[in-house]
Amino acid sequence: MSTLTAVSASHRPHRRTHQVLSSPWATAGAIIIAVVWTLPTFGLFLSSFRPADDITTSGWWTFFAHPQVTLSNYAQTLDFTSGISVIKALLNSITITLPAAIIPIVLGLLAAYALAWIDFKGRNILFIAIFALQIVPLQMLLVPLLKLYTGGVSVGGLHLFPGFAANSLSNGFAQVWITHTMSALPLAIFMLHNSLAAIPTSVMEAAQIDGAGHGQVFFRVALPLATPTIASYAIFQFLWVWNDLLVATIFTSGQNAPITKMLSDLSGVYGQQWYLLTAGTFLAIIVPLIVFFALQRFFVRGLLAGSTKG
Amino acid sequence: MQAFFAWLAGLPQLVQIPIVIVAFLVVVGAVIFLIEVVPRSGRGLSWVRAAIAIGVPVVVLAVLGLEKGAAWVFLLGAVLGGGLFWLDARSSKGRGRLIQLALFVSPALLMMAVGLIYPTLRTIVSAFMDKSGTTFVGLDNFAWVFSAGGSGGLSSLINTIVWVVIAPVAATFVGLVYALWVDRSRGEKFLKVLIFMPMSISLVGASIIWKFFYDYRQGNQIGLLNQIVAWFGGQPVNWLQHYPLNMFLLIIILVWSQTGFAMVILSAAIKGVPAELIEAAQLDGASSVRRFVNVIIPVIRPTIVVVWVTISITALKVYDIIAVTTAGQNSSSVLGYEMVRQFSLLPPQSGHSAALALLIFILVIPFIAYNARSLRKDS
Repeated sequence: MSTLTAVSASHRPHRRTHQVLSSPWATAGAIIIAVVWTLPTFGLFLSSFRPADDITTSGWWTFFAHPQVTLSNYAQTLDFTSGISVIKALLNSITITLPAAIIPIVLGLLAAYALAWIDFKGRNILFIAIFALQIVPLQMLLVPLLKLYTGGVSVGGLHLFPGFAANSLSNGFAQVWITHTMSALPLAIFMLHNSLAAIPTSVMEAAQIDGAGHGQVFFRVALPLATPTIASYAIFQFLWVWNDLLVATIFTSGQNAPITKMLSDLSGVYGQQWYLLTAGTFLAIIVPLIVFFALQRFFVRGLLAGSTKG
Repeated sequence: MQAFFAWLAGLPQLVQIPIVIVAFLVVVGAVIFLIEVVPRSGRGLSWVRAAIAIGVPVVVLAVLGLEKGAAWVFLLGAVLGGGLFWLDARSSKGRGRLIQLALFVSPALLMMAVGLIYPTLRTIVSAFMDKSGTTFVGLDNFAWVFSAGGSGGLSSLINTIVWVVIAPVAATFVGLVYALWVDRSRGEKFLKVLIFMPMSISLVGASIIWKFFYDYRQGNQIGLLNQIVAWFGGQPVNWLQHYPLNMFLLIIILVWSQTGFAMVILSAAIKGVPAELIEAAQLDGASSVRRFVNVIIPVIRPTIVVVWVTISITALKVYDIIAVTTAGQNSSSVLGYEMVRQFSLLPPQSGHSAALALLIFILVIPFIAYNARSLRKDS
């Protein structure tokens, strides 16, 4: 009964504002914007199913007069090779994205837990410093990191760190995983800290009175309670890495290029091969779109929280 | 570690993912195991603590692949570990606490020191060095940016400012109007998804989508924009070749992708405006436009500013859109792209590149400081 009252009470202002704000004109205006927003994507999407010759000789809107659908663009694109094959580039994207999403979350959780639940001198200053690190734009990091990975570090003429082997720089992904992890940490720690710090003190104390050490509390109490935030952040980081071009451009030089870098290159060299670009684009954005539609709620939360990254 | 990554790079692609994740989790598991062991009391455990405090830094340094000549670095690591043990043993809040703390935070702190602080300092230094990075040249690189003859420096700075002025305002405005128009209308959810979806598409994908829209060719047009021009009897235009027109058309791509973000946040804010306020204004006979301007806008003003600031930061750092569409041709470059281009020239203009990166950094600071301040006000 009380639930019912609550529901109807919450509906009442709802209905009234409805009358206040919405009008047929407003809805019509919104629909016009929505159409304008969707048309470019729709045009490219439709084109990807048209015969290759038709794409470059007639506009996609003529499709409705002469409908002709084919999957050959996708077949040819998956077969296409320019340095590396499109399939390899998609695989590379997956290989880059999964570790680059998981590693910063785990490291961020460890640090965020300590910042939230271990009292020590300078804790606030450390937290503010980490928060402030978010302001560093990616562009500040690229060149020094590239030099670090390829040439290592020397201090006072002594070669300290030799850098990565040439083989792993052109075929491997270590430098990409590490770069994404390092640049993700400030935001990861900030978000996860907010969520861990929101756990009631009584819950944490109860666990500690039961004799659990920090390691156990971390696993049994903190992790489960922070799961929604972890999910939001994981989705955000996954999409961020999947969609990234800048890190890929600097740190993947050969066999390890992800699909975004390949598409960007193709768009320059094969700029008029629209059968390739239409199908390639949709092969690249299908993963984020699936994530978007499947996990919309987490997706929105993650995007909102991480919107200043990079 | 180098050997591990080199070995990993030679493995079949899909095997690399589980191996690296499992290897990473094993290391994290070991760290958590140590965290559990460290605070136990009992005879001999002081020795365990000392071994952990001194041994872990040494092992980490060894795994990083430091060269043999660097014995003093290992010594330094051991001394620091010893210092930690000493501090921990004297701590009044119980033994093991400080070592635990170090185990929790140092992986992330180390990575941020190496990956964020060190490169930032290096780039700041490089901005005042010549292209070889060894000779101090004072403000020469900035003089290059601000000189009209500099190949791309000044125009990319000017363009970036135009981007930051236009894109956030346009995206916020359209997002706000749209949020208001769809608010509580029929099909609100669906209409929102249409606008929000571009956010999940990479800027690379978005740029190709719009490049197709802007396409220009002789004869039959395949780009919708030129077709619309043709339908109205005009001549097709090579849109991306003419400055400043190309810049505005590229800005549209960013607006297109960011409007959804603005819309979602502002929509939530609009739903938070008390209905009584709106009703009161209605009873006063205010028109719907006036209700909007005088009642809703003032209430959600802080949210509008946060959205605007956030998109400004994105606009400042744009790289992908330029790289995919024009590659900076026809004066369309921006700071974020020009910085990379200067470094990829032969020989690399690292001084110019660093100066441009530093300019982005400086321009970003006020926006982030503002966002941080309003964030703190919230909490």
